[in-house]
Amino acid sequence: MGRYILRRFLQLIPVFFGTTFIIYTLVWAIPTDPFAGKCGQRPCPASYIEVMRAKFNLGDPLIVQYFKYLGRLLTGDFGETFAGLSVGKLISTAYPVTVRLALIAVLIEAVIGIGAGVLTGLRNKGFLDNLVLVSTLFLISLPVFVTGFVLQIVLGVQWHLISPTVSRAATFGELIVPGFVLGSLSMAYVARLTRTSIAENRHADFVRTAIAKGQPTKRVVGIHLLRNSVIPVLTLLGTDLGALMGGAIVTEGVFNINGIGGQIFRGIQDKEGVLVTGIVTLLVLVYLLASLLVDLLYAVLDPRIRYD
Amino acid sequence: MSESVYDGATGTFVSPQAREAAEAEPLLEIADLRVEFRTRDGVANVLNGVSYRVSVGETLAVLGESGSGKSVTAQAVMGILDTPPAFVTGGEVRFHGENLLAADADRRMAVRGDGIAMIFQDALSALNPVFTVGFQIEEQLRVRRGMTRADARKRAVELLDLVRIPGAARRIREYPHQFSGGMRQRAMIAMSLALDPEVLIADEPTTALDVTVQAQIMDLLAEIQRERDMGLILITHDLGVVADVADRIAVMYAGRIVEEADVYSLFRSPGHPYTAALLESLPRLDLKGQELRTIKGLPPSLTDIPPGCPFHPRCAMAADVCATTVPEFRHLGDGRASACHFAGEMQSRG
Repeated sequence: MGRYILRRFLQLIPVFFGTTFIIYTLVWAIPTDPFAGKCGQRPCPASYIEVMRAKFNLGDPLIVQYFKYLGRLLTGDFGETFAGLSVGKLISTAYPVTVRLALIAVLIEAVIGIGAGVLTGLRNKGFLDNLVLVSTLFLISLPVFVTGFVLQIVLGVQWHLISPTVSRAATFGELIVPGFVLGSLSMAYVARLTRTSIAENRHADFVRTAIAKGQPTKRVVGIHLLRNSVIPVLTLLGTDLGALMGGAIVTEGVFNINGIGGQIFRGIQDKEGVLVTGIVTLLVLVYLLASLLVDLLYAVLDPRIRYD
Repeated sequence: MSESVYDGATGTFVSPQAREAAEAEPLLEIADLRVEFRTRDGVANVLNGVSYRVSVGETLAVLGESGSGKSVTAQAVMGILDTPPAFVTGGEVRFHGENLLAADADRRMAVRGDGIAMIFQDALSALNPVFTVGFQIEEQLRVRRGMTRADARKRAVELLDLVRIPGAARRIREYPHQFSGGMRQRAMIAMSLALDPEVLIADEPTTALDVTVQAQIMDLLAEIQRERDMGLILITHDLGVVADVADRIAVMYAGRIVEEADVYSLFRSPGHPYTAALLESLPRLDLKGQELRTIKGLPPSLTDIPPGCPFHPRCAMAADVCATTVPEFRHLGDGRASACHFAGEMQSRG
């Protein structure tokens, strides 16, 4: 196991160089002028552009720019935006909000998704089963911004149950509804996957054994059946957590959340190569770590899986 | 049941006390049990009035082809039938005289494992793959007996020792897939013994194992049964496996018991043509080189059991009456019974 983890960590190194290079080149491949519109209504003065080009090494060939950037990055310096803001600082203010939002979304997916899946998997057919099947189909078909705007208007504007937008502090309480919106699609998939998994294992021999041993139904379902059925679901949840950590441009936009998704969006619009590369590299690493964690969790949950 | 206390032919010993207890009140008695499977293709009559009984310290072998209903009977006794499609439509399962089929869910749960325990054919799929063998044994002691983790662990190690798993203290932390087939079945037996059941049902316990291991497991089961004076129900399709350990044999065909007898009489003079045919189809060393005898035809479809005796289409002795009248399950004396119109003739011939 130790060797496996080491190997996975070593794999992060080429991935790090690969993603930083690709993202850096891609941002500069967008055919716009980074200084268009930077100076109000008129074009920027040549002297300003001169200074900025020198400061951000824009005169160098792309590959030289990249290695200069990389050198600073490896010392922990994420660089500055054109406006002189520290990218490291932007990330450190935006990222905690995104992490909170992602955690809430995954928690909602897990609790509601697995709960609904277990209930319907145990007794397929019937009212509850149909209700869950139809409502999950509904959630899967709806684009996130529709779910977002509908909840914002109904809960926030008409019923005044929540504040329609999230404050700068972005507390856990404020993020519950946005988290639900963000997690709703995966929640539907989690519910369906759990349902299938439970229905499949419900008649398994080991469940019959647990009943024959005289275990109470609660334990048969909650321990023997669930533990076996939840393994594929946790993979889905883990991968989803990794993906949601990457920010949610649409959900953040709808609820005016200052998260990482918004920063990337602005960064791409303004051709802020340093900002975009910094954030995306971080997100790729987070995603890779999350999937490593899922793989390790897999081995813990199913002892038949061995990595050595 | 024969009168002899020591049965020389099988080398098994039936204590007089056990015999008396059996006649007064059997430990487990199944009476006229009927189960049907309601499927899309129609209703399959899987059990059509099964009756047998097991007494303290007695080993009953239930013998039959696949689909004869022997496992379904056991599952109905344990209350682990999958409903739907299986429905119990009649009969009683009496444990110490109490009809379990009429008992509520809590009572049935209390009897499982404690009064009647069961071991299954394929221990690999019957054990939970994601929990250690120790956990699965200790769980019963903790949940049903309220033991602490430490006490349950100690008792579980004792149980694994009892079924002679070497290095029990170490292996208790392993998972089922780390055990060999034979060891897994031993662990399964240990698990079934955790709550000291009075009746143990073994559903084809050796079918998934290779021959040398089969014999070891059968010996182990017989030994545990003797030591604990348990009632043991051995479900099998293999006459050879049970001949040494069973006291009595009940032969099942198409959801009915067609013959019941002590092992010795059954082998010497079968009281039903089906039993006779089963015995003839056993491979024999002295007939080496000759074609193996088989029973012609197939067991009837349970959605469409033929009228009269269900065996008559395959029976060498079949007469007109067999196609019209279901033979009664008649006692022939000496504890024997057979559901054949010509049971008497068979006996006098034998």
